[in-house]
Amino acid sequence: MRLAYYPGCSLDATAIEYGMSTQKMAKLLDIDLWEIPDWSCCGASSAHQTDHLLAISLPARNLAIAEREGLDVLAPCAACYNRMRATEYEVRASAKTRSQVEEALGIPYEAAQSTISVLELLAERYGLDNLATRVTNPLKGMTPACYYGCLLVRPVAVTGFDDPEDPQSMDRIMKTLGASPVDWAFKTECCGAGLGVTQTDICLEMTYQILRNAKEMGADSIVTACPVCHLNLDMRQKAIEKKYQTEFNLPVFYVTELVAIACGAEPPTVGTNRHFVEANTIFRQLPAKAKAMEEAAAQAGKKGKGAAKAKAAKPAAAESEKPATDEDAGLILAQKVYDDESKAAQLAEILTQEPARAAKLAEILEQDKGKALKVADALLAKKAKEKSAGEEGNKA
Amino acid sequence: MVAVAQHPNIKLYSYSEVVGLSGYIGNFTVTIKEKAKYVDYDKCTGCGLCETKCPSRVKSEFDLGLGERRAIYKAFPQAVPNKPVIDADNCRKLQSGKCGICEKLCPTKAINFEDQDRLVTEEVGAIVMATGYDLFEWEKAYGEYGYGKYPDVISGLHFERLVNASGPTGGKIQRPSDGKIPQAVAFIKCVGSRDDTKGKSYCSRACCMYTAKHAMQVVEKIPDGDAYVFYMDVRTAGKGYEEFYQRSVEQGAQYIRGRVSKIYPRGDRLVVKSEDTLMGKPIEVEVDMVVLATAMVPAAGSAEVAKLIGFSTDKDGFFQEAHPKLQPVETFTGGVYLAGSCQGPKDIPDTVAQASAAAVKVAALFSKDKLATEPMIAYVDETKCTGCEFCVPVCPYQAISMKPVKSRVHGQTVERQVAEVNKGLCQGCGACVAACRPCALNHNGFTSDQIVSEVDALCL
Amino acid sequence: MGEVVLSAHRESRELVKAIESASRTKTSLCYQCGKCSAGCPVGFAMDYTPRQIIRLLQLGLIKEALQAKSIWICATCDTCSTRCPRGVDIASIMDALRREALKQGKVVKEVSAFNQAFLNSVKRYGRNHEASLVLEYNARIMNPFKNAEQGPMMMAKGKLKILPEFIKGKGEVSRIFEKVKAMGGDHE
Repeated sequence: MRLAYYPGCSLDATAIEYGMSTQKMAKLLDIDLWEIPDWSCCGASSAHQTDHLLAISLPARNLAIAEREGLDVLAPCAACYNRMRATEYEVRASAKTRSQVEEALGIPYEAAQSTISVLELLAERYGLDNLATRVTNPLKGMTPACYYGCLLVRPVAVTGFDDPEDPQSMDRIMKTLGASPVDWAFKTECCGAGLGVTQTDICLEMTYQILRNAKEMGADSIVTACPVCHLNLDMRQKAIEKKYQTEFNLPVFYVTELVAIACGAEPPTVGTNRHFVEANTIFRQLPAKAKAMEEAAAQAGKKGKGAAKAKAAKPAAAESEKPATDEDAGLILAQKVYDDESKAAQLAEILTQEPARAAKLAEILEQDKGKALKVADALLAKKAKEKSAGEEGNKA
Repeated sequence: MVAVAQHPNIKLYSYSEVVGLSGYIGNFTVTIKEKAKYVDYDKCTGCGLCETKCPSRVKSEFDLGLGERRAIYKAFPQAVPNKPVIDADNCRKLQSGKCGICEKLCPTKAINFEDQDRLVTEEVGAIVMATGYDLFEWEKAYGEYGYGKYPDVISGLHFERLVNASGPTGGKIQRPSDGKIPQAVAFIKCVGSRDDTKGKSYCSRACCMYTAKHAMQVVEKIPDGDAYVFYMDVRTAGKGYEEFYQRSVEQGAQYIRGRVSKIYPRGDRLVVKSEDTLMGKPIEVEVDMVVLATAMVPAAGSAEVAKLIGFSTDKDGFFQEAHPKLQPVETFTGGVYLAGSCQGPKDIPDTVAQASAAAVKVAALFSKDKLATEPMIAYVDETKCTGCEFCVPVCPYQAISMKPVKSRVHGQTVERQVAEVNKGLCQGCGACVAACRPCALNHNGFTSDQIVSEVDALCL
Repeated sequence: MGEVVLSAHRESRELVKAIESASRTKTSLCYQCGKCSAGCPVGFAMDYTPRQIIRLLQLGLIKEALQAKSIWICATCDTCSTRCPRGVDIASIMDALRREALKQGKVVKEVSAFNQAFLNSVKRYGRNHEASLVLEYNARIMNPFKNAEQGPMMMAKGKLKILPEFIKGKGEVSRIFEKVKAMGGDHE
């Protein structure tokens, strides 16, 4: 698989871990990334807030280079991805827009290729089945909150590859890596983006809400695919803890860091040492966490058979859902033991009259059907004997 | 309904479907499939013993999954006839041959596992469509409300079952998740209604009133309970309606003008984010349960039954009335009438009024020996008709059939097929006239020559 | 806002139409339900909520809309447009208002200065050099120490490059800026 690679201005600077881990991941997954030679800035938010034509011409310069090579573009940075998609969308939609962009650039550009995000690359192009075969160090026990942010999933017409309210692509990637992503409600709530620099207080409030919900829903970490989101969640976490008098201790990872680590890379080699919130200890804690999760699941499973039945039987009310009468319970149990209806009916009679025996038989049945069958046979035989003895007695 | 079932002139086919129709106004032949009930209604007394003993438990459709029913069950306590049917998919006897307790216990031996579907035909003169509505499936559209993940975010109909004395909770308002009594309930109106992008563009008419009722029920039944109603408008255009809504406000329902953007869980409560547009500020409120007033949509299967009976539906799938103001209970197909929410969202008073109107229309129809129809219908020039039958499938009202005629050709009598237009069925749409290649079909009042003359007058 | 006098100023209506055409959306579709404001993550900090901005435009009060702080607090997260039941693209309207406000010189310095510094860096080097961005930004808002406490830590982690990198094609990039300006910029 070969893709044009557009790192963008931050992957070598403030989001250096993203750049390192993307390159590492590509090597581990045998993806050939051809860095667009002499690429220039896409303009990010500042361009579209200033001038519309500039905002689509700046990305187009790079897209035109990839177009000449006939390659689709991988843009890990969510802002670059969004701006490039917007450019492609507008150039394809209007011949007038296309000619304006070509005039501004001085070269032809028709948006013949497409830009994809890391999520699209892994979940669709590369494929999760394929990814699963490369996982050598599953992240079992990890419960990340997958944070998508705004630009990967909105506007729907421009990005269009995952749901804008409850996206699942990153969650599926995490599951493929062996982790157990939590279900939470702030997957696509804005972190504040550039407001972190220009109006920091507002940004802190927004990022705080995200961290808070992640923690409340049981996350031990956050995964993201956007440099500015990472910056706000990671670099500003301490400031937020201080302002809101709370503790989070949530390491914030780039999705590519975790993919690389799950495929065998050592965490520091993909940049975990450069995080602000300490991000190496969690990996050492995973085996213990995984074990605890397995034990909890097993416990739930044992109780689960009874509990699941009860749950299915009464989702809401107490009163109208009376548990099965003794007769019903007896018959149900008897039918589990015997296929033969008449035998089952006989056994049911006995069990209804002697609930203690019924309980015991149920226990035995759970462990060993063969044994239960023998016990049931014995009960029937005993009853038959008693009956004939009684009849004889009556006759007499 | 009981009076309906007992009326000597009314034959009630329950658990049945119309599967075929032919004929035209005054002379319809309807084919009805009576689905296998596995219970002989002539023997069954409705005692209900079978229901108490059935070991199979299934989520109740009537209680919208909040409660349970058995495999042999009465649809709901007030069902007419008040006798059960067996749900074959969940009956152990019918699926695997085990059990059969109901049959053993039935005092009148009314259970019959050998029952089959039956086809019956009836001759009728008119048809009244009253297939009702279903609720918009909000779980598929509204991710911001959780896509149905949160058990305490329910629809208005769910709430009706909670508050109903014969419902799964015996009338106690309880949270589906943990059975606790909610202290604060949020009601959100216009979910799926008045939403061009994710739902339906129309207003569902009944929700403002039933939400006011629900809010009052919360305030009355739950001591110190809070009811928040999030609205865009309060539409109370009926007799006593405005006063009813004002009563709900007086009794303590808190009305907030603003559409809710997001619902998410915090602990075991739910956070509702809205804007109080009258104050101009975004607000947030924590509640224990959220009730969504969801849009009314045509009942499932409406499109199919409209095609079967042969009348049109509107852009939203509701049955199309012949004229929005002057013919609200008739369709474009003669002999087919409409009543109730199958024609469009409405509440009970309007439904009853429409039903009465449809009944009167039918009575008026039957009171005549002859029927006056529209004269502007198609007719066939048999000398031109080649019998190609191209017009037959084109007619949306199945009004064209073929008939044999005798003609003299070259001194010999030959028999050939020509098209014939049923004056009772033809609604004068003109499709066949356009389709007819030898121009044998023409339209009274709008003949091809007349239309061409109009075009000439305009263009030449 | 004081007393609001609605008058039929032609220029206001023309300008509102221009904003609508730049954002490819119609304010007349809005029925003021408030879902946009309700879901706006920065709504709590705005002077006019997103819905109120649309209301101002509906009434032709374009001047007030351009002077609102809201348009500079907006983070362009697009939640409003995604959830609007009438399909009004509020996010694009915010963008169009920002561009118009910039043209008229009515800006909130903290945000527009950032954009300017950013684009200047791109024009100069072809890429955004964060260190010089911050320096220029702080100079423009006359707050030399804003965000300064993070500088040393960022540098220690290798996240802030002291020296800018010039790309070979930086001339091409600055030519794009000039060409766009010559074409009148901001075209639809």
